Amino acid sequence: MISLSMLKTTTAAAVLSLAATQIASAETLRLLTWGGYAPEEVIELFEKETGHTVEVTKSNNEEMIAKLRATGGGGFDLAQPSQDRISGPQAEFGIYKPIDLSKIDDSLFIASMLEATKGNTTVDGEVYGVPHVWGTSGLVLDTEAAASVKDYTDLCNDDVKGKVSYRLKRPTLIGFAYSMGLDPFAAYGDEAAYKEIMDKVEAKLVECKGNVKAYWGGGDELMNLIRSGEVVASMAWDTGGWKLNGEMPNVTFVAPSSGSLGWIDTFVLPAKGKADDAAYAWINFVMRPDIAAKITNVAGNFTASKGGDAGVSEELKAKYQKSYPAADVDNIKWYPPVPAGLEVIEGGVLDRVKAAN
Amino acid sequence: MTSGRSLGFYLLLAPVLLWLLLLVIIPHIDLALVSLRERVGVGQYAFSFANFLTFLNEPLYLVTFARTAVMSILATFITLIVGFPVAYFIAKMARGKLQPILFVLCLVPFWVSELVRTFGWMILLRETGIISSLLQWLGLVNGPVELLYNDAAIMIGLVYTSMLFMVVPLVTTLSTLDDSLIEAGYDLGGSSASVFREIIVPHAMPGIVSGCIVVFMLSLGNYLTPIMLGGKDSLWFTELIYSQFIVRFNWELGAAFGFMLLFLSTAIVWVALKLTGQSLEKTMG
Amino acid sequence: MATPDLSCIDLTRRFGDALAVDNVSFEVPAGSFFSILGPSGCGKTTIMRMIAGFLEPTSGDILIKGRSVLDVPPNKRPVNMVFQHLALFPMMNIADNIGYGLRRKGLGKAEIEKKVEEALERIGLPGIGKRQVNELSGGQKQRVAIARCMVLEPDVLLLDEPLGALDLKLREQMKIELKSLQHAFDTTFVYITHDQSEALVMSDTIAVMNAGRFEQMAGPEELYHRPETAFVAGFVGDANIFKGEVVRSSGHDVELRTEHGTHIKGVSLLRDIPEGRSAEAYVRPEAIHLSRTADDVAELDNALSGKVEQMLFNGAASRIRIKAEESSETIEVGLPQSGRFDGIRPGQTVNFGWSDKQGNIFETGGKE
Repeated sequence: MISLSMLKTTTAAAVLSLAATQIASAETLRLLTWGGYAPEEVIELFEKETGHTVEVTKSNNEEMIAKLRATGGGGFDLAQPSQDRISGPQAEFGIYKPIDLSKIDDSLFIASMLEATKGNTTVDGEVYGVPHVWGTSGLVLDTEAAASVKDYTDLCNDDVKGKVSYRLKRPTLIGFAYSMGLDPFAAYGDEAAYKEIMDKVEAKLVECKGNVKAYWGGGDELMNLIRSGEVVASMAWDTGGWKLNGEMPNVTFVAPSSGSLGWIDTFVLPAKGKADDAAYAWINFVMRPDIAAKITNVAGNFTASKGGDAGVSEELKAKYQKSYPAADVDNIKWYPPVPAGLEVIEGGVLDRVKAAN
Repeated sequence: MTSGRSLGFYLLLAPVLLWLLLLVIIPHIDLALVSLRERVGVGQYAFSFANFLTFLNEPLYLVTFARTAVMSILATFITLIVGFPVAYFIAKMARGKLQPILFVLCLVPFWVSELVRTFGWMILLRETGIISSLLQWLGLVNGPVELLYNDAAIMIGLVYTSMLFMVVPLVTTLSTLDDSLIEAGYDLGGSSASVFREIIVPHAMPGIVSGCIVVFMLSLGNYLTPIMLGGKDSLWFTELIYSQFIVRFNWELGAAFGFMLLFLSTAIVWVALKLTGQSLEKTMG
Repeated sequence: MATPDLSCIDLTRRFGDALAVDNVSFEVPAGSFFSILGPSGCGKTTIMRMIAGFLEPTSGDILIKGRSVLDVPPNKRPVNMVFQHLALFPMMNIADNIGYGLRRKGLGKAEIEKKVEEALERIGLPGIGKRQVNELSGGQKQRVAIARCMVLEPDVLLLDEPLGALDLKLREQMKIELKSLQHAFDTTFVYITHDQSEALVMSDTIAVMNAGRFEQMAGPEELYHRPETAFVAGFVGDANIFKGEVVRSSGHDVELRTEHGTHIKGVSLLRDIPEGRSAEAYVRPEAIHLSRTADDVAELDNALSGKVEQMLFNGAASRIRIKAEESSETIEVGLPQSGRFDGIRPGQTVNFGWSDKQGNIFETGGKE
């Protein structure tokens, strides 16, 4: 009896000490990201492989920055804002910390995308972001009911009156500006010129307001509007269109004739993040081609992972090809970093559009 | 004896003071400081009243505020009109088990979050929603009707959300009204209207006032309901505050808006109290 | 005879299966003070609420000054009510309280003011019109509540136990005051109470009510001295109750042998009780003569002696409990505070007795 209980005690102690060593090296990764970017399956694989645990908080660009600003860059260990929203807030609020590129396995990335993102997220010579998921926004249309809509400004056509939706946010302003033949990105450095462009866009959006059913706020809201048939044409992300295409063959994502707007969501380290090791481990894990394909299959968007598209389902690839003939891919307008201060101009425009009758 | 009592008094007072200090006063001081600075360069700020001037000089903000206030007052009024008979029935006419059942029915909508409640209204009111379909099925309308995304929809949502906060104080005050006062009113020759006007309403006044203050504040500070039910024309003041803080990263202006909301709503409540000859002490006592 | 101010004819009210008021009829002559006296739950409040119009009778009729008021709503009936807790409106000052009914009648402002001031003078509280209800004492509130009704000059004033909330001293005082107010206003009062002393002091006529029915309707003295039923004898005033068997019966005169063997002589005024029946004799403690010598009480129909067991000092209503010698019967006897019996202490032997007229005997069980 005695020997048996002793044996038990020893075993228990051994198991405990083993567990203790694992806990010591394991960290909890508090991830602030978009819906779909951290699927359950990927988290499980990651936790099994590294011993770290992952806590996911879903959010969007504005809220991510607002949250990090409120805590001075604390509360999270890894965040995923778009690449154009990094240098401005960093200069203004100092909410990120530089990325130690030596800890990133750059062979996993599509080189051109990695370089472009590094360039866009550099503040005072330090790189703050590496790319993860990219995609475009353009038009999601019921191709029969909204056959006349080829570009953003066509949303103001009479034949889709009352059946149109878009977000009252900056991508809409930029999209309309391009569709009106203006070049807002070129005016980023010149506040006066940018304001002039925005004034024109404002006039157009006010004029177009009667066409709008509702300004959508979240992806699910838009999906509902289109599913019910209350909205037949909307400005939206490509994945939304592809998802709806599965349910409603008529509905799909269409690249506008003036060009889609391309965005890249990145990885950044919040200034007061505590689990840097886990953060780097996560980045290198999800950029592996097999994992990246899993994320693409869930989120619908492609990643900056080299060879990540190989494992993507044929169906999604087909939808992508249909929406993006080669020429349209070249026509994608990638968001340059937003200089601090432009949001004030845009904010005024959005407020006035909202208040217009 | 005295020292013992005062020790107990301070022990009881401590949580109140802590709560006030940590959760009310300190955040407000912080917000006040934020509202009184102006961004002069990248990451540089200076003391200034610019944010408040922006509010006062931009008609858009003033109009939005006025609209929010007027709609909230209207919502308060409608809630009172709808809630009073409900409260009177619960407090005075319902007997036995009916009373708690009715009370719970008023509570039911609050078992789900405001988001779900508002979404329920969207399902009812939208063009392809239940009411629209019902009207078409009955042959009352020819095509689908859009009942969502207008001020009436906002009003319905606000009244629905606020109802409980009107009914509870009204039930509380009305149930303290001695039935014999009502009977005496009739006995001495009063009609239903005069009994209501001279006896029931004056007695219920503290409940009416506290209910109205709560509902007005809730409506004024509501965010989800006006945004979701109001659609493209919703234009609610809290929306401006939200977008300054979250979308524009302009905490300074957002904080100033927050303070203007605080000042102006306090002023409206104060004026309303003066106009009805009530005082906050009377209402709370 | 003139038309009575109020008459109720075969008034009946049911609440579901329960019969609250059972076929009650009565008339109240103009200018009289009529009381309904009964324990709580006897149905007296139900009668009052039917007269005021807050309840509809199941059957029967209510006439005021000869006209049926069944289809007249409470706010149009020429009756007013003083509520149990007075129901003064706390949201109004005194003048507005009294003027409330006048305003409802549509009188002019000046006239209302005059009438209110007059009413305040009549109740002896001139100039308090601007005060709030809660600044008044209990007695003042009482008077204001009556004035509030009286300014409307009702044919009948109903009072629902209005003295219940007052303390004893004030209650004694208000009894007298109410009676004189009734004289001053010269209005018919219908007063309900469970307190026999209130009813006895103020009323011209008292109806004793029990379980939905009137047991007896009579003047205070008659009710006290010649109760018609055992309930009345027990409810109005106090009494020693002797249970026993009738051993002799001739006309009104009845003799009872109690369970303890005492023989009690009494009267049964309304009904003959055959010998052998069981019955109860009610004898009021204050109707029993007390004496130190047997001679003093020898001539009385019932003469007993016994040992003082207990002193129950209560001022004018003081009593002693005596254990009768022959039996072990315990009897309460009034102890006059005239000085004659100052020396009496427990353990002493005393003589006592009463005439047969003071002993009302009622048959128990069986009858009705």
